[in-house]
Amino acid sequence: MTEEQRIVLRNADQINPAKLEDYLQAGGYQGLEKARSMSRADLIAEVKKSNLRGRGGAAFNCGLKWSFVPTDAEVTYVVCNFDEGEPGTYKDRIIVQKDPQQLLEGMAICGHAVNAKQGYIYCRGEYPYVVELLNLAIDKARSKGILGDFNIEVRMGGGAYVCGEESALIESIEGHRGEPRFKPPFPGVSGLWGKPTIVNNVETFANLPQIVLNGADWFAAIGASKYPGTKVLTLTGDVENRVFIEVPTSATLREIIYDFGGGVKCGRKFKAVQVGGTSGGFIPEYLLDTPIDFDSMRGIGATLGTGALFIMDETRDIVDIVTHIAKFFKEESCGKCNPCREGTFRCYEIMDRINRGRGTLQDIEHMIQLTKVMERVCLCGLGQASPSPILTSLQHFRYEYERKLIS
Amino acid sequence: MEEYKQILNNYKDLPGGLLEAYHAVQREYNYLPEEAVREAAAVFSVSASQAFGTATFYSYLKFDKRGRYIIRICESAPCHIAGVAEVIAVLERELGIKMGETTADGKFTLEFTECVGQCQATPVITINGVPYTDIKPAQVPEMLAQCR
Repeated sequence: MTEEQRIVLRNADQINPAKLEDYLQAGGYQGLEKARSMSRADLIAEVKKSNLRGRGGAAFNCGLKWSFVPTDAEVTYVVCNFDEGEPGTYKDRIIVQKDPQQLLEGMAICGHAVNAKQGYIYCRGEYPYVVELLNLAIDKARSKGILGDFNIEVRMGGGAYVCGEESALIESIEGHRGEPRFKPPFPGVSGLWGKPTIVNNVETFANLPQIVLNGADWFAAIGASKYPGTKVLTLTGDVENRVFIEVPTSATLREIIYDFGGGVKCGRKFKAVQVGGTSGGFIPEYLLDTPIDFDSMRGIGATLGTGALFIMDETRDIVDIVTHIAKFFKEESCGKCNPCREGTFRCYEIMDRINRGRGTLQDIEHMIQLTKVMERVCLCGLGQASPSPILTSLQHFRYEYERKLIS
Repeated sequence: MEEYKQILNNYKDLPGGLLEAYHAVQREYNYLPEEAVREAAAVFSVSASQAFGTATFYSYLKFDKRGRYIIRICESAPCHIAGVAEVIAVLERELGIKMGETTADGKFTLEFTECVGQCQATPVITINGVPYTDIKPAQVPEMLAQCR
């Protein structure tokens, strides 16, 4: 059986999150000290070699991303994506609430690597109580002089899901509508206020202190070889234990749901699990022995995404749930690009029709065609990923759709 | 009007401070008055359309007066299957208003929200930003009674 392995949660419930001294006693800020003894190039090379891949969902090699920042840039920024808007996800909240200093240390390490003096944490508006904790943590670290000349500020989002997309998030920090930008240029070259900017997820930053301290080889040897390390997962829905866990990325869905989650609630049978948040794919029972790492998930048409696992038992109506999800995307589409604005609207319209027992086979065919277009041409990840729940549920649970069609 | 101005001015020199300023006004008034948005355009030297553009983009910012207790109910999938519809039914019945409305005495407002990141114990509602988890319909009257 796979055991939990805690890297980013190693201090969880072991220290008082409000106390800087506790974090220091647990070895905190040794990673930053070591990072600052290294040259910027060596530090980036080390992070690259560890093969730490972005934990927000896109799984891009973290060190490689850092290497895009021009070395002669005078002003650069480090931005932490703490928007965590993906329904069913609360792992970043847990990571920060249990150990806020670790996030600050990770950001400061990145700051050293890309020569940034200013960092921003973009925290979703739903977490005002975490903003308080973060501001307290920043004050304490600053008054002890630990962060040196690296300054961190917290900014609060306003309940817009699309702001989890890095360029939309940047627009929001600038005080604008949170609409994604055209890429390229990527933020690493031109981001916040047109300056080179690194945007990483909370969990990505939180991994850095231990990676720097223990070395790239140590990290690269944990879990799946192509997506090494651990992943913090959150279990929701019809599972006995709705918990958060941190496991090596080689763990399988079945191990997570049954060994850690205690199986399906009330002794019912398993029907499906949606992995990666509300934009993730629906996975049936026969694929549960797949490891959770990014590439294995992609191999079965799913995505690891944020690491949220939403479990549904045999009594659940998949079409009703997907209709609900389609409504979410219709609401959250920012409206900047036509394929997403119109596409999410029509997807919901068709899903709602099918869910009410008024859909036809042709509706399903039209929807499939529409979603294929959206996957290819929507401007950002929101529109591109929004078809996934529809397509994967059609692939694995088509009979649930068909039984609701007009006969 | 003077008070908005002071709050807005506090953020005037903060880079990208417009959204932060809106949050600050809403914290004070429970909503974002339209006049404050017009004033913000002047304070931040942006056009009225830009000031309104930002203000209307974020679902957290509301232009209508709201109650002292803002109850937001999560309608994301995990709360949906956990039976949030029954919680909504009781809230609407107890308060005599529909979702999106404010009670005549200005005490309660009911709003939908998407996931508030407390999915370990669904369904979830928040009252003035504080999350309450694992809500059972039967608990609702008591929760409302405690809002004074």
